[in-house]
Amino acid sequence: MSSPANAAAMPRVAVVGMYAFLIVSALFFLAPFLVILINSVKPMADIRSGNLLTLPSEITFEPWRIAWSSACTGLDCSGIKPGLWNSILITVPAVVISVLTGALNGYALAQWRSRFADWLMLFILIGLFVPYQAMLYPTVKILSGMGIFRSYTGIIFVHVVYGLPYTTLLFRNFYVGVPDEISRAARMEGASFLRTFWSVILPISTNIIVVVAILQFTGIWNDYLLGLIFAGNDNLPMTVQLTNIVNNSRGAAEPNVNMAAALLAAIPTLIVYFVSGRYFVRGIATGAVKG
Amino acid sequence: MARWFQRQMFRPTFTVVAFFAVIAIFFYGSIGWTFLMSLTKSSLMPRYDFVGFEKYADLMDNKRWIVSCINMVVFGALFIVGSLILGSILAIFIDRGIRFEGVFRTIFLYPLAISLIVTGLGWRWLLDPTLGIQAMVRDMGWENFAFDWITEPDRAIYTLVIASVWRSAGLVMIIVLAGLRSVDGDLWKAIRMEKIPQWRAYVQVIFPGMRPVFASCIVLLMSEVIRGYDLIVAMTNGGPGISTEMPAKFAVDFFFSRMNLSLASAASILMLLLSLLMLAPYLYSEFRRRD
Repeated sequence: MSSPANAAAMPRVAVVGMYAFLIVSALFFLAPFLVILINSVKPMADIRSGNLLTLPSEITFEPWRIAWSSACTGLDCSGIKPGLWNSILITVPAVVISVLTGALNGYALAQWRSRFADWLMLFILIGLFVPYQAMLYPTVKILSGMGIFRSYTGIIFVHVVYGLPYTTLLFRNFYVGVPDEISRAARMEGASFLRTFWSVILPISTNIIVVVAILQFTGIWNDYLLGLIFAGNDNLPMTVQLTNIVNNSRGAAEPNVNMAAALLAAIPTLIVYFVSGRYFVRGIATGAVKG
Repeated sequence: MARWFQRQMFRPTFTVVAFFAVIAIFFYGSIGWTFLMSLTKSSLMPRYDFVGFEKYADLMDNKRWIVSCINMVVFGALFIVGSLILGSILAIFIDRGIRFEGVFRTIFLYPLAISLIVTGLGWRWLLDPTLGIQAMVRDMGWENFAFDWITEPDRAIYTLVIASVWRSAGLVMIIVLAGLRSVDGDLWKAIRMEKIPQWRAYVQVIFPGMRPVFASCIVLLMSEVIRGYDLIVAMTNGGPGISTEMPAKFAVDFFFSRMNLSLASAASILMLLLSLLMLAPYLYSEFRRRD
């Protein structure tokens, strides 16, 4: 690849400057994470006598234990544990259903020929950019009508439906590039549209499935607003419970406990990020250039 | 009926129609309903006593709404420019075959995996005058050092900029990097032959050729600005006073806790119009390119 002068060909001063900039930036990016990590294992006495950036005099996992099982969200003092469980129960089915519906719709759209196709793509594309605020209240009313507002089914339903334009477009853009011969051959064999989708198309879609699953997992796990409004008190996700612990007005938890709780909420998506590395990057790069 | 249904299974049309019905109801139907409500005097419950655009006029007299809009513009401009500059510089450096490229990329990108709630809390703690950076510098001996922006009504908005640039610069970096890596090698050869200094090559040749890449970055960042809710709730909750309120939070607050449906609906519709206005040039060029 013929590219800009790489580091080896640059003047020495420039190379030093470049690395200095990169290292300072890296520190800026790492700072909040390191501060949270260090203080989550620091005894409260250290925080009172010093500041967040001093190193702990001893390492204690007591804040983690409290954050996990006895920090208070309002009147209830059972830590962030129920939130983690709720988030898993919400995220896993919502991701599976989003991926399947997105793939089915995306495949159908890619197969579907119509002179309105371009207009309908615009119709979906705009859906990507609609601020939730312009849909929230009517959605509350529709879900109340269906009897699933503030329920477990309701929050999953909302995640799937609100994610639909996004998942569908990602799959559609992938399937447009899949040779039509594959579907045609299956149809010749007498397979129905659904049959073709299930046994021929899905198995060759592993890459895009992983990308969409990662995007949806991060998005749904990190969601706050929809969980707050649609989940109901028994299913509040971890993000909502975390803010409840931190902002608890009656005897707020100590900073080290808050930080341990914040880390617990961040760990699942960080694991997905580190494990899936390249897929995550590809996901945001494809997801970014929507349409 | 059963046979008709069975026949549909062979066709994508059925899925396409079902999909568009869901989008039409939940997205466009909800938007329509929100718009209708914005024309009424509904407060706690929807009432259909139309008063025209009275609520939009009320918004213009509402100090909190005006402050929210000004904040969004200030925050949006600084956040977008900041993310573009930092992200582009990082992309340029990463593109030069630096050592530990993987490590740097991982560090610059991990914030994207973390929720805005945790991001906001992390920066809130780091910038807390009695615990964070200010306390650290004072403990090191500079007793008069002040970095208390987060508690200053005039400055708090800048702390939101810092936190959001922290989170989104990696996104810009990865998109710009993909753009840089697809720049034609011959272009670089020509630049070297002409002995154009590297920084000028980027500013005058390379980046202007990547206009679509920057356009999609800007569209993405703008939509984040208009939707911005979680970060504000976690970091400043709109304060001190109303100094960091923004439209997305205004709408949610008036829908769900201040019970002023019509005013919240009017605010949401204005947010939607703004999104579409921002999106229009992008969509226009996208569709023209396709024809």
